Amino acid sequence: MIAETGHFALVLALIVALVQGTVPMVGAARRHPGLMAMARPAAVTQFALVAIAFAALTHAYVTSDFSVLNVARNSHSAKPMLYKIAGVWANHEGSMLLWVLILATFGSAVALFGRNLPPTLAARVLSVQAMIAVGFLAFTLLTSNPFERLFPVPVDGRGLNPLLQDPGLAFHPPFLYLGYVGFSMAYSFAIAALIEGRVDATWARWVRPWTLAAWSFLTFGIGLGSWWAYYELGWGGWWFWDPVENASFMPWLAGTALLHSSVVVEKRGTLKGWTVFLAIVTFGLSLLGTFLVRSGVLTSVHTFAADPARGVFILGLLVLVIGGSFALFAWRGPALRGVGLFRPISREGSLLINNLLMTTAAASVLLGTLYPLILDAFDAGKVSVGAPFFNAVFVPLMVPMLAVMAVGPFLGWKRGDLAGALGHLKAAVAIVVVVGLATWALSGGPVLAILGITAALWLAAGTLTEFAGRIALFRATPAVSLGRLIRLPRSAWGMTLAHLGLAVAVAGITASATWRTESIQTLGRGEAVDVAGYTFTFLGVREVEGPNYVATRGVFTVAKDGAMIATLHPETRRYPVEGQQTTEAAIRSTFLGDLYAVIGDPTVGGDAFVTRLYFNPLVPWIWAGVLIVVIGGLVSLSDRRLRVGAPQRRPSVAAPGSEPAPA
Amino acid sequence: MRGMLATFAVLCAALIAMTAAGVEPGEMLADPVLETRARDISKNLRCLVCQNQSIDDSNAALARDLRIIVRERLAAGDSDTEVIDYVVARYGDFVLLKPPLKPVTYALWFGPVAIALAAAAAAAAFLRRRRTRRPFRSIPTSAAGSKRC
Repeated sequence: MIAETGHFALVLALIVALVQGTVPMVGAARRHPGLMAMARPAAVTQFALVAIAFAALTHAYVTSDFSVLNVARNSHSAKPMLYKIAGVWANHEGSMLLWVLILATFGSAVALFGRNLPPTLAARVLSVQAMIAVGFLAFTLLTSNPFERLFPVPVDGRGLNPLLQDPGLAFHPPFLYLGYVGFSMAYSFAIAALIEGRVDATWARWVRPWTLAAWSFLTFGIGLGSWWAYYELGWGGWWFWDPVENASFMPWLAGTALLHSSVVVEKRGTLKGWTVFLAIVTFGLSLLGTFLVRSGVLTSVHTFAADPARGVFILGLLVLVIGGSFALFAWRGPALRGVGLFRPISREGSLLINNLLMTTAAASVLLGTLYPLILDAFDAGKVSVGAPFFNAVFVPLMVPMLAVMAVGPFLGWKRGDLAGALGHLKAAVAIVVVVGLATWALSGGPVLAILGITAALWLAAGTLTEFAGRIALFRATPAVSLGRLIRLPRSAWGMTLAHLGLAVAVAGITASATWRTESIQTLGRGEAVDVAGYTFTFLGVREVEGPNYVATRGVFTVAKDGAMIATLHPETRRYPVEGQQTTEAAIRSTFLGDLYAVIGDPTVGGDAFVTRLYFNPLVPWIWAGVLIVVIGGLVSLSDRRLRVGAPQRRPSVAAPGSEPAPA
Repeated sequence: MRGMLATFAVLCAALIAMTAAGVEPGEMLADPVLETRARDISKNLRCLVCQNQSIDDSNAALARDLRIIVRERLAAGDSDTEVIDYVVARYGDFVLLKPPLKPVTYALWFGPVAIALAAAAAAAAFLRRRRTRRPFRSIPTSAAGSKRC
């Protein structure tokens, strides 16, 4: 009965979305307040209905109701509660339900918090949002109904893929979707602006927080997925340029560009058409990501759905949304003229370079991801485009990017002084040269790695110098600096943290990709091996029973210079229900890197085991860097100028210190 | 239903293949220089039955066979290029994770450069146009817009 309630609620949500997608749009065109006013209650109702549907499916999972086909296929009564709940979205149908739930959440958030939006804009935004919802609700109901019943009811479910039974992966999809779907807000605002024919600072102030929120969630989601791959897949890699990873990375790259160009719209009233275009592209890439993952067009490890009917439906939706938006953009875009003039060397200019490099990167990843599919579709041969291609393309784009990132914040709006900016960076240059040479002398290369480390260092030094300049550190008395520090707008903190986080992550990425040490061997009890100056001693294995698995747990001690520093317990887990096996790496993070141990199969005699031991330098810096970036995004999001949204509403509330004070 | 199950089984097999990492101690060459060369070559060869995994990362049977072939060729005195050519001759370009530069991949390899140049040209044109043109006011095209102005 509860499953049917969920199904019924989902059908009602589709009907509400149909009304919300049309009536307010007509109302806005005719300036009819009553029709426009329909948008808000409709958005909230739609959210409530999708939430009921989601709660119904969650209930079926929590109570292990195997009369629901979806639950029988993807759950098992012996599964821990966390994975019963995570199981809701660890399959195709449930993940689509999560998609529409998040979409409805964003829509109702605009309805509830967007009271200071101009009425026509609010009506049009909510209407566009509902049109997207119509597409995805119809997709869910017609091709991927999660509430389908099963008869006869099986005694137990088939279980969830053990690889997905992991806390990191349990929360990976929700964050990824919060990012993907969050970009629908920027998209809806962009389409509404094209229909309205105006883009101004108020519009940008509305788009920025939503983009920032979506971008922060997406950053966190990608980081979470990468972290999972690192500790779960058992060979210490964390990014594979897998098509499904690329699917989430492309919207991130475009979203990063959008984030920066919307700053220019807000502060300087230019790059308007471009920003609208980027908003469309970013959400288009999110949809493309959904298509690539959900259609089964790439049968990759992450792709759990493989049904051509679904693929054709999403492809149609994709063509409609992207094609329709670009047609609208071609028609209405030229009306969006900017007002601000600027020189190539200026803050705007540096943000434009960010946009150029980010969009080129996104386009290149798109090209590399789709190329094998395109060749295959035209029978032009089969090629593989793997990590070596993406690394070859990506590194030359990111190095100039990092170089400009350190300088950009020093340039003034409109007309910047490059010589002056570089003058501020003398100390940074000195640090980079000294540490760069020292790294070279100590490690002996390769050149690319030295370049990566110095680029990270340059960015960190530049960012900190800029921050110090803002608070007049060492130029004014400590009291003055402290005062400035306290009054610094949150968005300035956000930028500093995000850029600093990227520097930390780049250092981690470079070092771990270049200087990792690996040792693969068969070890018997009591045998030891040296890895990067650490002595790993194998003390044997024991059998351990988990809630729904049996594990072989190895014990290693790690010593450095004769002193014991860690005990590691890597496991091989066997899941009897699913008939599968997973490896659980044992990781001890230190400031300079991770000690990483994996235990494999026993030798024929059974007394020795295949062991894989690694020292992965600076890997913790990658996760720390991603976290700092996300914190930067959230801090910036808490800036009152963004929270207040449209600034003209309550200008008197703004504290004097929170006025924009770009250096 | 049966189709779904088959797909599911294939995916599961792929997942199992993904969990345990490639090279086994028994396969490794005694000469560390040769072994390092074997690893470097393996990282650029695709495990043909896997998705986007090199033979160095996969424990699929085919990946294992390829790893052994690479090592046999190296032990027989082949250069790195000769080993790669040997594998490509048998499995085609599909086995290379870094696609070779040939007419069919020109768009792939020159694409990013072309995109970067086009983007830079567009930005330069935008900046030049801006400098020669008088600044525009925002032109409202709807009644609501003009009211607000």
